[in-house]
Amino acid sequence: MSSAATTLLLPSHSPGLPAAQVPSALQEAPWVRALLIGIALAFLALFLFVPLAAVFVEALRKGWDAYVAAIVEPDAWAAIKLTLLTAAIAVPLNLVFGVAAAWAIAKFEFRGKNVLLTLIDLPFSVSPVISGLIYVLMFGAQGWIGPWLADHDIKILFAVPGIVLATMFVTFPFVARELIPLMQAQGSDEEEASLVLGASGWQTFRRVTLPNIKWGLLYGVILCNARAMGEFGAVSVVSGHIRGETNTMPLHVEILYNEYNFAAAFAVASLLALLALVTLAVKSFIEWRAHRAQLAQIRPESSQ
Amino acid sequence: MPIALPLPRQYKQKRFRVMPGFHITLGFTLFYLSLIVLIPLSALFLKTFTLTWADFAAAVTSDRVMASYRLSFGASLIAAVVNAVFGGIVAWVLVRYTFPGKKIVDALVDLPFALPTAVAGIALTALYAPNGWIGTALAHLGLKVAFTPLGVVVALVFIGLPFVVRTVQPVLQEADHEFEEAAASLGATRWQTFLHVIFPGILPALLTGFALAFARAAGEYGSVIFIAGNMPMISEITPLLIVTKLEQYDYAGATAIAMVMLLVSFALLLAINILQAWTRRRGLTSRS
Repeated sequence: MSSAATTLLLPSHSPGLPAAQVPSALQEAPWVRALLIGIALAFLALFLFVPLAAVFVEALRKGWDAYVAAIVEPDAWAAIKLTLLTAAIAVPLNLVFGVAAAWAIAKFEFRGKNVLLTLIDLPFSVSPVISGLIYVLMFGAQGWIGPWLADHDIKILFAVPGIVLATMFVTFPFVARELIPLMQAQGSDEEEASLVLGASGWQTFRRVTLPNIKWGLLYGVILCNARAMGEFGAVSVVSGHIRGETNTMPLHVEILYNEYNFAAAFAVASLLALLALVTLAVKSFIEWRAHRAQLAQIRPESSQ
Repeated sequence: MPIALPLPRQYKQKRFRVMPGFHITLGFTLFYLSLIVLIPLSALFLKTFTLTWADFAAAVTSDRVMASYRLSFGASLIAAVVNAVFGGIVAWVLVRYTFPGKKIVDALVDLPFALPTAVAGIALTALYAPNGWIGTALAHLGLKVAFTPLGVVVALVFIGLPFVVRTVQPVLQEADHEFEEAAASLGATRWQTFLHVIFPGILPALLTGFALAFARAAGEYGSVIFIAGNMPMISEITPLLIVTKLEQYDYAGATAIAMVMLLVSFALLLAINILQAWTRRRGLTSRS
């Protein structure tokens, strides 16, 4: 399968020839190849693999029992629950937004579309700290509606709603960004056929569009979720750091670390690292599927 | 392929209306965008306008703030250069060569996107601290990384790593070998082919990745604050200074510095868009 992929992507490489028979003018000398692979792997090891391994080694430094104790400790448990709650609110809302935005942008022509696309991407180019700051300026004691909120005894800043809002801001573009190019590439022919055959708009979306975009949707959702659970800067600004109440997992890691409770900090951090690894695994799986589907489309006879 | 007849304009527009849901999806998109992004961001602009020009200038040019700009943008620049060089090599190796474990390595390149920044921050600090695995070795060489500006660079290299790899990789993958074959058959050595054929083709993607890595690094907070040591004037990054001002209830000062950061991000966003348009126009494919 993979040799077929290489053939398709690099059509002028003769697939039957072993590497040694590719003309030497089209290949680097073996020592150059070995050197480049060596440099690349050394660089990745130094900056990626070793830090990742360090998280787990440090987490288990004081043994398995200390590891479990650090995770079931009440404050850590509260942080885990708050992180899950935040993601459970922010991700579905951004999912609905992403689908709506992709539908409007991919299926219709209207003026100002490029401006809209730029605005949707905006949260990616804003520093996390500023993403938190803007909510402080709105809901803080000196902010726009802070005094009104205080009069009515509604807490947004330094409470769960502020954390959710800041998380929604930083994860805002993820789903929309995956879906828009996908749905633009797919066009609207299938949806139009379904509508002409008498299906309602909702039926068309559920039975035609959704099956076509499900992998892209999942891709966007897992990336959105990883960022929602791991966001630090924006949440740190709006949270107020109340232990057991407004601490998410990344903030709890910070507190433990600053108290020199390294083993516990790394124990909670290792859960987040596991989440990252699962995210990458699911992402690779989706990419592998998309690649296979693409191959099947190019060469339908070979897919059986 | 059905033949598309050139239809008069009004028919084309009618055809689009077969699709339902335009008003509701666009309406919801604009409502949600305003609520979550535009209105909160405009709060920053309005707060800035309440400052007098002199206050604003004083807040964004004090010595401590200037030192933080030098560190934030200087370290981001160095980290982006490191990532452009090594990220380019990683992309090349992942596309052109085979070696055991390549698929896993390829998947792990995205780790900095998926790993929470705070986790990256404490892991890098533990490694590069004077008693850490790598820090001990570097200490023998007389090099101190953690709790110095060099530590900031290390964290920013980690954060920016996937950008260059993931922008250069697709360009190399789609490259036609015909250009290289032509160069070789005209007598060019491999190095000349790389320098005059391949490199100009990947340069726009390389610069785009560089700009993306730089933009991300300049605003980065979570991974840096653990390893930096955060000494004012020496290892204090600009985003941390915003947080510090907020904690002292100096909202005006925090807003003014944030405004400067935001304007720099917008300028970078514009530059990145121009670079991406350039990448699309100029690749290594014979199509187009």
